[in-house]
Amino acid sequence: MKLALDKKQKRSLRNIIIAALLFAAGFALRLIPGSAAMIVSSCVFAAAYIVVGLEILIKAFHGIIAGELLDENFLMSIASLGAFILGDFAEGVAVMLFYQVGELFQSCAVSSSRKSISGLLELRADHANLEQNGEIVNVDPEKVNVGDIIVIHPGEKIPLDCAIIEGSTSVDTSALTGESLPRYAGVGDMLLGGCVNREGNVRARVEKPFGESTAAKILDLVENSSAKKSKSENFITKFARVYTPAVVVAALLIAVIPPFIFGFDSFPKWIFQGLSFLVISCPCALVISVPLAFFGGIGRASRQGILVKGGSYIETLANLETVVFDKTGTLTRGNFKVTEIHPEGIDEHELIKIAAAAESASSHPIAKSIIEACREKCGDEAWYDVKYITEVAGNGVTCMYNGETIAVGNRRLMKMLGIERDNKFEIPQTVGTVIHVAETSGQSDGGKHTISRYLGYIVISDEIKENSADALTELRACGIKRLTMLTGDSKAVADAVSKKLGLDEYYAELLPDGKVEKLEELLKAKSAGSTLAFVGDGLNDAPVLSLADVGIAMGGIGSDAAIEAADVVLMDDNPMKIAYAIKSARSVIKISRQNIIFAIGVKALILVCGVFGIVNMWLAVFADVGVAVLAILNSMRAGKVKQNSK
Amino acid sequence: MKKTYRINNIDCPNCAAKIESRIKKLEGVLSCEINFLSQRLTLETEADDQSKIIEEAVRISRKVEPDCEIV
Repeated sequence: MKLALDKKQKRSLRNIIIAALLFAAGFALRLIPGSAAMIVSSCVFAAAYIVVGLEILIKAFHGIIAGELLDENFLMSIASLGAFILGDFAEGVAVMLFYQVGELFQSCAVSSSRKSISGLLELRADHANLEQNGEIVNVDPEKVNVGDIIVIHPGEKIPLDCAIIEGSTSVDTSALTGESLPRYAGVGDMLLGGCVNREGNVRARVEKPFGESTAAKILDLVENSSAKKSKSENFITKFARVYTPAVVVAALLIAVIPPFIFGFDSFPKWIFQGLSFLVISCPCALVISVPLAFFGGIGRASRQGILVKGGSYIETLANLETVVFDKTGTLTRGNFKVTEIHPEGIDEHELIKIAAAAESASSHPIAKSIIEACREKCGDEAWYDVKYITEVAGNGVTCMYNGETIAVGNRRLMKMLGIERDNKFEIPQTVGTVIHVAETSGQSDGGKHTISRYLGYIVISDEIKENSADALTELRACGIKRLTMLTGDSKAVADAVSKKLGLDEYYAELLPDGKVEKLEELLKAKSAGSTLAFVGDGLNDAPVLSLADVGIAMGGIGSDAAIEAADVVLMDDNPMKIAYAIKSARSVIKISRQNIIFAIGVKALILVCGVFGIVNMWLAVFADVGVAVLAILNSMRAGKVKQNSK
Repeated sequence: MKKTYRINNIDCPNCAAKIESRIKKLEGVLSCEINFLSQRLTLETEADDQSKIIEEAVRISRKVEPDCEIV
């Protein structure tokens, strides 16, 4: 822990050191026999008390004026002054001294963890090189508008989200993704603010204002992540509300009731017991240690490129039993390529051209791959005369091309349109998406299309990501019981992927609302108290992402939709990160439980001791400050990144 | 209107919770949230002009935490 104390903390540290020296001197003087030394020793203790406690006393006084009777400054003042009045000078000083030590420690822990978050998100560049009337001006990134042209030199942080218009470079995205491999970027590629330009000079057009850049969104998300509070955080806040009054009442009872039983000459002893009890009245240490653990956990995850939107999702992640994957873009690359073209009765070029024309309005990855293949084969020839493109959700498209009605899509579409084929569209031994192309014309009596010509099919395949299998093994090692895949793709493809990766089950050929239905079933099927995660690419599975207990979006870098829809965003598309997120979440939960049980346990023990009259202030001070320090140290572990965590 | 302020020198989460619950009780305040760790105060009010309420909020927080600032 690197400590840079602020002014207030420095002052407090100085006071603590002076008081500690005086405190030790007071004890030393006690060793000298004689009443003179005794008096001097008392004076030294009093001086120590003033050095370390004056601030608290003043605060307590302000509190009384403001009507804040039960604040901890007031209670600490009562406890320590009471000790002084009863003649226990050393205890009086000790209470204040250790209370201050605890406060200082707590304040350092908080500022260090605040810093670790803001340090991690040193994504804000402090300047942008703006092109203005042919000159380059150094300006504040906030002043740059969308459409402005900026220049980014090698070694500079990219100030805003922008698209390259000249030059090429490689970019270090590790601040955003936790991924250390540099990414190549050329003309037309998006550069995200917060990444570092490694090599080339590039000119780029700004695409988003500063406040809406990916980096700003991430910053906002992480800083506000503690807003969605977890159950343990809520519990601890509620607990704190009743804790202080309860302790005060208990202290009063301990001071007042026993004398009635044991006789009034024991009054001072019981008052002292009551006062000792007040020392443990501040719930702050406990209250801070739990959110500190969550905050640290969220911070650690972000450093690995895992954004968690709130403490409650840490809890959900820790209890996962079922993980449901989307196939495309999640387990597979989502990098579709046309691998086979099977024309029937027409030219290969003609077939791909027809298909590309029909898909020309779609942004679906499959459509893109067909268009790409057409470009490769036929060049940049324009498609002429495409009209009435209609999307048949989840199945394909129909359109008018060169005056003919064309249907391009899956087997279901062909069946829907009543198109017949001898082998019934079963194409065995093909792993990939099969897109059929047919020309339909006229209508039969039943209102169904009648086929005039089946034109052939195109096979498009996707690769499984190289780390998908390892990621699933990791998840099993984490104790995930059920690994499922939902896909809109054909059964043959789903089966092949599922077998290769060793999934428990898959549901194929699902339309978007079918995915929602299946997920609802899966949610019902899981055992009580456990949770379900859906992992998708955030592009078209927003409803499923929000339906799951925790929606995890992958490859979300730069995608606003994913950042908004999901509860957890993996900034790069490495599925290994899921297991890592679960492990971190579990360690956070474990730490916060340890803290709650330990702190409440020790304080309950002190209460019991108080009832039996065997508490002294030293014990109480330990119970308060010692517990605080231990709990905070324990919490800080949540923010540490373990080595070899990959 | 919803706006976020920075709240400095707030030392303990318990105090933050106290301040939060008191600001919530002010007239014209729809919601208020203090995020202790990120030192942010989010205030939602009926009126667009929050300056009066913020003044009041500063007074409240000074009572609980004397050196607290809202920026």
